[in-house]
Amino acid sequence: MAQKQLPAELLAALSEKFPGLQVAENQVITVDAARLLPLMQELKENPDYAMDYLTNLTGVDYADRFEMVYNLISFEHGYELMVKCPLPDKENPSVPSLCPLWGGANWQEREVYDLMGINFTGYPGHPTRIFLEDNFPGHPLRKDFQWEGGREA
Amino acid sequence: MKTQTYVLNLGPQHPSTHGVFRIILELDGETVVKATPVPGYLHRGIEKLAEARTYTQVIPYTDRMDYLASMLMNWGYVAAVEKLMGIQVPERAEYIRVIVGELSRIASHLVATGAYGADIGGLTAFIYTFRDREDVLDMLEMICGSRMTFSYFRIGGVAEDLPEEFYPKIKEFIAKFPACCDEYDGLITGNEIFQARTKFVGVIPPEVAINYSLSGPVLRASGVNFDLRKNRPYSVYDRFDFEVPLGKNGDCFDRFRLRILEMRQSIRIIEQALEQMPEGEIMARVPKVIKPPVGDAYAEIESSKGIYGAYVVSDGSTKPYRVHFRRPSFINLGYLGKLCEGWKIADVIAILGSIDIVLGEVDC
Repeated sequence: MAQKQLPAELLAALSEKFPGLQVAENQVITVDAARLLPLMQELKENPDYAMDYLTNLTGVDYADRFEMVYNLISFEHGYELMVKCPLPDKENPSVPSLCPLWGGANWQEREVYDLMGINFTGYPGHPTRIFLEDNFPGHPLRKDFQWEGGREA
Repeated sequence: MKTQTYVLNLGPQHPSTHGVFRIILELDGETVVKATPVPGYLHRGIEKLAEARTYTQVIPYTDRMDYLASMLMNWGYVAAVEKLMGIQVPERAEYIRVIVGELSRIASHLVATGAYGADIGGLTAFIYTFRDREDVLDMLEMICGSRMTFSYFRIGGVAEDLPEEFYPKIKEFIAKFPACCDEYDGLITGNEIFQARTKFVGVIPPEVAINYSLSGPVLRASGVNFDLRKNRPYSVYDRFDFEVPLGKNGDCFDRFRLRILEMRQSIRIIEQALEQMPEGEIMARVPKVIKPPVGDAYAEIESSKGIYGAYVVSDGSTKPYRVHFRRPSFINLGYLGKLCEGWKIADVIAILGSIDIVLGEVDC
């Protein structure tokens, strides 16, 4: 698949501006939750990156942490980027909402909240369930989810 | 005189909401003050189910998301697994994928076109488009034996080569289909009532379309030139000469018209793919039991509704640790609530229809 990656100097500039940023060999950027919002704002609003399109947003339940995964595209330059944000607090996972930056984050974050139980701080109002009933117990995409009468894991 | 707004549930049983989608409308007379879309009536938990199946067993589940274009749904998922494993798909298989993918796009757009006519109040269009959709489904049935849930793609290629009887049938179809498009244009696009109902209704400005992550015909109708087949060519799309139709106003009419223009382009792509198609293998050398290395991959394709992506996480076992699908219909609906504000009830139907959702994909 043909993909256009961010040039090395832009990645270097990004690492300089946000110290502690991890950039993997395949250009996947890992950032902690505290710096997620400023990083995304920089990627969106700095014309060098112009990553104005949030394609995808989802969460993964690993054994020791939850992790948010974001995919961005720049229409102008054709770059694409994956940003990961680990959430070490397994009991009460929480991450800043991207709704102030992208309207498209709204429904996707609601989906993650509904199915995985990750809280989004700064979400307009509070994320509500989107697919399941409001009184549904638990969050089915969590690995430890077990419903009464359900198949044993 | 004292007046007050009232609440009306549109759907889930209303035909234009496909029977599994609800919009709560707060109305002032006939004018929509606030619209709240409520999906979830069809939610089957495909992402959770995938965690208990092997990589190959997930393919039939993707069929059941956008069941009007199942081939394209297969494609996004297998592309992600192939990316994860570093599999090189044989060239002939790529060409077959393009052909069946574009046929699927036509089949899906035909439903969108016909059903939209019906939403606006002209049932004849529905009959015409389904007449031609039958031909497409006949061809796809020749290839894989199924008419709706194809499950034809495999990790590393496709299930079977194209049968001999497929070639004359597709030549016949290519020759006749542009005339069918002319017919839809004459019957629906040129209809004055249809135009009055759709032109400048439900306008999405380009910057809003980008901000709300809209994709596919909904995005391009607003004049944003972004099509993965062109801007970031996957498979063998860079070898074909075709155009990406764009809209001017971003209204319901543009979104509708774009799909007919896209079908014409799909025919061009299929024609070139048939000419260029090489002989050879249709499957890469893939182990019987698929065990990708630990890691993750995200791949996306341009489905009939927009950008369809699959994010697959592997823990090194035979089953995916996590699968997430980026479904274009779901994300395109995210702006519906705001889009409906200020329009009349009848316009809500026109707006919803123009987005072309498939609820199997919205709820996943």
